[in-house]
Amino acid sequence: MVFRFVLRRCALAVPSLFGLLVLTFLLIRLVPSDPAVVMAGDAATPAQIAEIRHQYGLDRPLWEQFIVYTGKAVRLDFGESAFSHRAVSLDIAQRLPATLELTFAAMGLSILLGVPLGVFAALRYNQWPDFALRMLSVFGVAVAAFWVAIMLQLLFAMQLGWLPLRGELSVAIPPPTRITGSLLLDSLLTGRFDALRDGLAHLVLPAVTLGLGGLASIVRFTRAGVLDTLQQDFVTYERAMGYRRMRLIWRYVLRNSVTATITQIGLLFGGLIAGGVVVEAIYDWPGIGSYTVNAILTGDHQVMLAVTLMIGVVYAAVNILTDVVHGLVDPRLMDQT
Amino acid sequence: MSPILRKLSRDLPAMLGLALVVIVVLIAIVGPWIAPYPGDVTASHLARRLKPPTGSFPFGTDNLGRDILSRVILGARGALTVAFSVVALSMAIGIPLGLVAGYRAGFVSELIMRVTDVVLAIPQLILALALAQLMSPSLESAMLALSLTYWPFFTRIVFAEARRLSNSVFVDALRGLGMGSARIVFLHILPNAASPIIVRATIGLGFTILTAAVLGFLGMGATPPAPDWGLTIAQSRIYLPGAWWYALFPGLAILLTVMGFNLLGDGLRDLVDPRLRRSR
Repeated sequence: MVFRFVLRRCALAVPSLFGLLVLTFLLIRLVPSDPAVVMAGDAATPAQIAEIRHQYGLDRPLWEQFIVYTGKAVRLDFGESAFSHRAVSLDIAQRLPATLELTFAAMGLSILLGVPLGVFAALRYNQWPDFALRMLSVFGVAVAAFWVAIMLQLLFAMQLGWLPLRGELSVAIPPPTRITGSLLLDSLLTGRFDALRDGLAHLVLPAVTLGLGGLASIVRFTRAGVLDTLQQDFVTYERAMGYRRMRLIWRYVLRNSVTATITQIGLLFGGLIAGGVVVEAIYDWPGIGSYTVNAILTGDHQVMLAVTLMIGVVYAAVNILTDVVHGLVDPRLMDQT
Repeated sequence: MSPILRKLSRDLPAMLGLALVVIVVLIAIVGPWIAPYPGDVTASHLARRLKPPTGSFPFGTDNLGRDILSRVILGARGALTVAFSVVALSMAIGIPLGLVAGYRAGFVSELIMRVTDVVLAIPQLILALALAQLMSPSLESAMLALSLTYWPFFTRIVFAEARRLSNSVFVDALRGLGMGSARIVFLHILPNAASPIIVRATIGLGFTILTAAVLGFLGMGATPPAPDWGLTIAQSRIYLPGAWWYALFPGLAILLTVMGFNLLGDGLRDLVDPRLRRSR
């Protein structure tokens, strides 16, 4: 049942992923600048340009180029980065764990704080905690993450000196043996608690910066959901039946209230990946985001498109996951669509 | 006063948002006349560089001795110009496509909606970055990139309304009276979709200012010496922690402007769709 549901959702994502392939392909082919001229460099002769055009198959018909492009994309072959002179897929694979680490830390932070705060705001409806949390959620959505990052750096790293300014690990500490690629996991697995502590200290500011926007929207949607649910008849009934208040709220009310929040968490993931671009660049976090900013600054088209494609795939996967979680929380949904 | 406006005027956060928006718009219009040093967009006074906030420079001065208050005031016009142009262009692309897709079922409709799915399948910032980068970075390409990635939001809204209304009795009646499709769509369906469009546009203005600031910060938008808020924050980074005021005030300007549009947009949404009442 669950399996068929997942399969159906995956099938629904295929057209959109195919469209994404077409889109990125058209982006690189139909841009005003000729890719062969760009690759050949400034001092190239027309013969050299023609050579490169032939070498990369740019003189073939467009549909033929698209088939070659699709074949390469499916095999995760995105060519070589013009900046690092390494395979783009290798670069991405090496940097992905750091990005996931940061993203999950930010997400965990916003869920673990956001859901209880949202419930709390709903229970204190129209009293001062509710107003304070509403202000916080308005602030969190409207503030520019790159500015928050700089202000936090200024306060906690430069003025107070409580937390490290940038990077993933202090220079003085040798990194742990690479097993999973995630610094924290590797430190834990190899028993390197000095690296773990240092790594966690480095994670605090980026995760808080990145999680702020998500926290704001989760507080808001949880609050709205709980307020809606509290007015339903079953709550009145259970209250009349003498259910303990805590059990009623955290179990029955919350479960009926989080549908919108789960959708929001799914959307949040995309937001976190996009927001991560700037946050990583400011904190020198060695992930996909700072890689993307580097690609922007050096005009590295291959990397830009590979990253766009990869994010599209991650986004689609998260959407599927969101639907599955929806289905698990509310099994009625699995019969539909 | 119409009942809708009276209702809006009782929504305190929305009124705060409206006040912020009005203030920013006024500053954008009269900026060159109220800025204490209107020449400080391009001028440089190295003798008074990086001075902390004082009476004559309430927000301090930057690395070229320019008054930051003046530059924050003068930056409002650029930010709003980008926001209004991007939202207007997105509406110009998105609304007609949504009307066509919603009113006429068939191949074209399917194609339009699949394209919006694809564009919405990637976070807007990432796609806009890729586009702006491919089009050689400048303010114009940043604006174009933002518009080309924002229109699907309008298409979605208009599509839903048009699809709902194209099956309604009054549209059937209009068809029966022999009215042309163009007239039905623009004179009868579009006005019915106006309120969700206005809500989305208001929130879109704030959202665009935020995204445009990111592009400016990454050097993909305005170019020096423009008093762009995002760009100014990027320039301030190498003067930290000494010159905290350099980064602080442009960021506050972004925050207050975006907050204004968001609060106003939320208030309008509550009016249009009472089911999604936020303040309840």
